[in-house]
Amino acid sequence: MEFFRSPNVNWLGWKWYFLSFSLIFSVAGLISMGWHWAHIGSPIPLGVDFRGGTEVTVQFSSPPDIAAIRKAMDAAGYRDEKIQSIRGEGETNQALISLPERQNEANLDVDRQAVIGALQQNYSSNPFDPSKDVQLSVVGPTVGRQLQEKAIQATLLSLAGMLVYLWFRFQLIYGVAAVVACFHDTLITVGAFALTGQEISLTVVAAILTLIGYSMNDTIVVFDRIRENLRLSRRETLPDVVNRSINQTLSRTVLTSGLTFLTVLSLYIFGGQVLRGFSFALVVGILIGTYSSIAIAAPMLVAWQEWRARQGKAAVLPVAKRART
Amino acid sequence: MKKNLKGRFALIVAVLLVCIYGIFGIPSGLGGSALLKAMTKRIHLGLDLQGGAHLILQVQVQDAVNDETNNALVSLEQDLKKANVSYSHVIKPDPKNPGLVEVDGVPPANSGAARTVFDTKFSNDYDINPEANGTYTLTMKPTVRHDLEQRTVNQAIETIRDRVDALGVSEPEIAPYIGQNQILVELPGISNLDQVKNLISETARLEIHPVVGGPYPNEQAAAQSVGGTVPPEDEVLPFSGTIGNREGADQYYVLQRLAVVAGSQFRSADPGNNPDTGQLTVNFTLTNEAGVKFYDYTKANVGNPMAVVMGGTVREVATIKGPIHDQGLIEGGFTRDEVDALSKLLRTGSLPASLTYLEQRAVGASLGADSVHEGVTAAIVGMLAVLAFMLIYYRGAGINADLALIFNLIILLGFLGWSSAMGVTATLTLPGIAGVILTIGMGVDSNVLIFERIREEMRAGKAASAAVDQGFAHAWITIVDTHVTTMVSAAILFMFGTGPVKGFATTLFFGLLANLFTAVFVSRTIFDAHLNKMKPGEMVSI
Repeated sequence: MEFFRSPNVNWLGWKWYFLSFSLIFSVAGLISMGWHWAHIGSPIPLGVDFRGGTEVTVQFSSPPDIAAIRKAMDAAGYRDEKIQSIRGEGETNQALISLPERQNEANLDVDRQAVIGALQQNYSSNPFDPSKDVQLSVVGPTVGRQLQEKAIQATLLSLAGMLVYLWFRFQLIYGVAAVVACFHDTLITVGAFALTGQEISLTVVAAILTLIGYSMNDTIVVFDRIRENLRLSRRETLPDVVNRSINQTLSRTVLTSGLTFLTVLSLYIFGGQVLRGFSFALVVGILIGTYSSIAIAAPMLVAWQEWRARQGKAAVLPVAKRART
Repeated sequence: MKKNLKGRFALIVAVLLVCIYGIFGIPSGLGGSALLKAMTKRIHLGLDLQGGAHLILQVQVQDAVNDETNNALVSLEQDLKKANVSYSHVIKPDPKNPGLVEVDGVPPANSGAARTVFDTKFSNDYDINPEANGTYTLTMKPTVRHDLEQRTVNQAIETIRDRVDALGVSEPEIAPYIGQNQILVELPGISNLDQVKNLISETARLEIHPVVGGPYPNEQAAAQSVGGTVPPEDEVLPFSGTIGNREGADQYYVLQRLAVVAGSQFRSADPGNNPDTGQLTVNFTLTNEAGVKFYDYTKANVGNPMAVVMGGTVREVATIKGPIHDQGLIEGGFTRDEVDALSKLLRTGSLPASLTYLEQRAVGASLGADSVHEGVTAAIVGMLAVLAFMLIYYRGAGINADLALIFNLIILLGFLGWSSAMGVTATLTLPGIAGVILTIGMGVDSNVLIFERIREEMRAGKAASAAVDQGFAHAWITIVDTHVTTMVSAAILFMFGTGPVKGFATTLFFGLLANLFTAVFVSRTIFDAHLNKMKPGEMVSI
């Protein structure tokens, strides 16, 4: 069985469509992030890991009634504005109650005990065992800040490391094109979180770093083929070589993305609520990562070449002059 | 051209066996539950999967600095008085700077004597600066202060560990954490945060009591010795040994209820030996205030026994050999272990500084079990989908890829099993399971790369073995490139991540490493074996 016997698509011909598509989603993401920044002070909703606060997940014996929980918390003195979110999960009987951060670490403890107490007293119709059916996260501002710093450092270091590695293996322009593609992927994925209002936790940052690595992989496969073909062919123009390389690797690209996407989809559907943000980031990231190698990185190489030609400089990538007609 | 594959097969089988041993150890049986039990013993689950408590505490080291300078303050006053130096006050002028002590109002006539007092006893640990008008400031030296803070954190860790032991947790983790003076406490299996916090914060559990009588074989005999019923100012306590494990050793003591010294009044306790008798001793120091009280008590009770009481049992009984001020030693035919244990007991009797909780997490056991269930389901579904697809799309070669994938999984789990045997913690967390799933997806990439290349070469007309050769040769470089970049990502994640994320980075890294081996070496070997068996001119099933 073979999906793509010998594809021959003019990918570079579609570059304006690709660019518009990317622009639309990037801008939408940026606008959404701007909106969030104006409303909650950070571009994307932050998970409890980063913003601090109290999060309590309780597994009830029967499906939880969110309105009743809200009333129970109300009765304990936690009015609506103090409660960040109460989400019920469809399949399991779990509810997540999230309280905002406190300046003082001591007050966080009070919140935690109050939530459990309120549920046990005011919502006793739906019992749970506090020692087995509860998951708690209480994060103070100090640790939240520490984690934010580390996450940013890790991301920057990752991107820098990859740029250096690519510089060794390819010429600089390849590295820059690949990093621009990764940046584009990160922007759109983070934008997706902003657009859907999902929170970013430390595991989501891990997912984003992984998809940076994955997108880089994808781009490298195409670049490897471009480089090989440039070495072998002396008569084709750069756009033709690039198109051919993409076509040759198309089968592999689509298959790998498809298979990895299958596994990540399985994670999104079956992996449970804790990993939801993580798997969402990967689902979006893998699709965009594959797309960007073809739509962003490759055209960038060609555009760079054409820009240099217009400037009158020599070609950076070895390629034949346009064939005389 | 047939290749000699015996050596390669032997290597593959050897690796397989080593990994299977890493996963299961030697299981007690071959049934499902026996294997599961063996596996969970070798592969450690993170807190998010087995349930447990996770705390990050900050040690308020300025408490310890305060205690130290308070002590110095009392000492200063005594010494200055003894040297007949008059002064108006000795104070700590700035509550925000606990390392600073100020002496004012020293008349110029006494300045010489004052300097002598400062230089002899305090110049080691403090910088002494004379100011105007007979004022002197003593500031704790930065190195001394840093040492003190380090020691405080270490002592806090020791104390917490000792107290947590009482919970009987298997493999607790108590260690310094990345931030300033922070401690990480992880207790698998315990998810009652209040219980843990109360246990940790208990103060002054250790006391020294005068002994009225003992040892007696049982409580009745002990009561008899004081006339049948125990008077209100006494109590009867059992003896549990210095190491605290001789429960029910049938020894009871009658002690006075009122303690002479409380645990918080011990400043330090270390093992040592007595140069005169050559015996092992515990050398301790008390705070100055406690020293005054202790001196009076010991002077009046030479030859009498006193007991170290902790957690409601008598840990040690020693005879008072002479008056002890604030520095003394306890001697009593101790072994090395007993001396170490007693010192630790005295040191950890109370926390050296207060603790604030920066982060608290707890996962209940049922939620943890749910996570395991969800993660494993996702992994199995994902894996089956990939295995099925490879079989359908690549036919014969698909079997090859599937075998390589399964082998990959076994090696990865083997890595996890072996790492714990070698003492490196590689715990499996929920993101770690996600990492395994991701590795399956990414791992199959290598196979796809190779197979697509082989198909291309065959389309160009090459013979079976040449196509296979070319396929592997061309794909190798790309495989290395792609794996290295993701492994670099994983390494960075491991360095910067905490807990669950570290688990993810670990499985991703090892998974890719395993994949480098299986996708190329194992796959190649299976292909070659197949080629050996093929007739010339036959095509590879791909």
